[in-house]
Amino acid sequence: MGKPSRKLRGFQFREFLIEFLLALCALVSVLATIAIIGVLVFETILFFRNIPVGSFFTDLQWTPLFSEKHFGILPLLSGTFLITTIAMMVALPSGLCIAVCLSEYAPASVRKVVKPCLEILAGIPTVVFGYFALLLVTPFLQNLLPGLSGFNALSPGIVMGIMILPWATSLSDDALQAVPTDLREAAYALGSTRLQTSFRVVIPAAFSGITAAFFLAVARAIGETMIVTIAAGQQAKLTINPLEPAQTMTAYIVQVSLGDTEAGTIEYQTVFVIGMTLFVLTLLLNLVSEHFKKRFQEAYQ
Amino acid sequence: MRTRKIGWKIWNDRLFSILSFALLGFAMLVILVLLSAVFLDGFTRLNWSFLTGFPSRFSEQAGILPSLVGTGLLALLVVFITFPVGVGAAVYLEEYAKHRFAGSRVLRIFELNITNLAGIPSIVYGLLGLVLFVRVLALGQSLAAGALTLSMLLFPVIVISAREALRAVPMSIRECSLALGATRWQTIRHHVLPAALPGILTGAILAISRATGEAAPLILVGALAYVAFLPDSLLSPFSALPVQIFSWVSRPQVGFHHNAAAAISVLLPALLALNSLAIWLRNRYERK
Repeated sequence: MGKPSRKLRGFQFREFLIEFLLALCALVSVLATIAIIGVLVFETILFFRNIPVGSFFTDLQWTPLFSEKHFGILPLLSGTFLITTIAMMVALPSGLCIAVCLSEYAPASVRKVVKPCLEILAGIPTVVFGYFALLLVTPFLQNLLPGLSGFNALSPGIVMGIMILPWATSLSDDALQAVPTDLREAAYALGSTRLQTSFRVVIPAAFSGITAAFFLAVARAIGETMIVTIAAGQQAKLTINPLEPAQTMTAYIVQVSLGDTEAGTIEYQTVFVIGMTLFVLTLLLNLVSEHFKKRFQEAYQ
Repeated sequence: MRTRKIGWKIWNDRLFSILSFALLGFAMLVILVLLSAVFLDGFTRLNWSFLTGFPSRFSEQAGILPSLVGTGLLALLVVFITFPVGVGAAVYLEEYAKHRFAGSRVLRIFELNITNLAGIPSIVYGLLGLVLFVRVLALGQSLAAGALTLSMLLFPVIVISAREALRAVPMSIRECSLALGATRWQTIRHHVLPAALPGILTGAILAISRATGEAAPLILVGALAYVAFLPDSLLSPFSALPVQIFSWVSRPQVGFHHNAAAAISVLLPALLALNSLAIWLRNRYERK
């Protein structure tokens, strides 16, 4: 029986072929990354041939679509951070409170109902939230704050917070649930109330898990597009006043692609520079989140 | 003194629980109010001619047929493209690479890469689609370009959820099959994949529902709000419901806002039903 039979060789060949095909599938992920970085870097280099890097980061105006062009990213960054901050102010404290309440207080039956509801709500498309922000929340807020303009940073910020809330709650709840029961029991045995146990034992123990969720949520808020495009307006202004219109990086990209911009023009390149900035920002946030997640997993697995 | 302090602590505890339950109820209420406001607005406009009509300059005559068909075709195409490739990648990473690259950094780099891909904003995938599919592959602003862009966006999502499902399959199943002389692929095909299928499907359905609701990447690859015909090939121009909704919301006329609400009343129940199906599937499977 020196040589393997023909049938066996057929098997070996098939095994090899299948493994090869599956490896190709896995390779798609690497190719996707290379393609994304390649596309962004290529156009970004073309952009910086025309516009000095210094003015890109220090110019206080962003007006590539006007006759007098300025290419300073600060107004778009300020718009993005303003709306993201409002969203996080809405989503984080309430998300954490609801997660604590679900994980530490609620009976299992309530959890069983609420958790799937949260996941289903997380599936509402962002364009629907854009509708909410522009046509329902802004008019409502205008009743409370008479000075509020039709397009503003406040309403999309709040709505984005509501959008992120179910998702942030779900992630924080997962982190709290991963904390071993012994810790809680030890705290109870020392006479702590549930509140003390939650905030002085369970949350500190789950802290890196919650932080990971927080950074993911920020990354998601920065990359969120439709709500801000619909409800925040299209004026890139360097402002931290939430009552005024604001433009985010994502909204600018949509604004340009809705017009008819020729490939190769400087307006076309700006889209990729902004895309690159978005990419780098979210990449950093994801890496930080990944770091905290790993630390959390190491602690409890 | 001491008892009063303890009493105070217990009150704090109760107060917090009441407050956070109220917060939970309030958040649910806000979402419910917003949803019912859209549905109330949308149902007045929703009728058969709205579903089977084409876009129009006049809000009362406009319909969603092209965008409805476009969204359906996109969802189908994305399933056919991403599902095999995504699950294939997950199988390779989970069932082959773990042995081939055991202990080396390759696997960790692959993992980190896929996590990061999943975290890239959808609009950046739109930029990728604009250059790679619309221009370099010269597909133009077509259904194919839109479907490929969404497929790229969903690929990491499907890989991650499929890997989790594969990881949940007990090692003993693989060992039994291999010990009986099955090859690695026979083991995967006949034992691992069937066991992981509910989990893989859950992830895939959630991903599809996400793709169906995406507007930003499609706007970038040139989905139109005015398509006066149904797509007849992969290379024809296309529309999608979220893009149509966006276009109608952005118009100043109130009539179009009613149209947007009506289109949302079509899209949202479908997506929520998909998500519910996925979550039901997972819960059923987890209990076993």
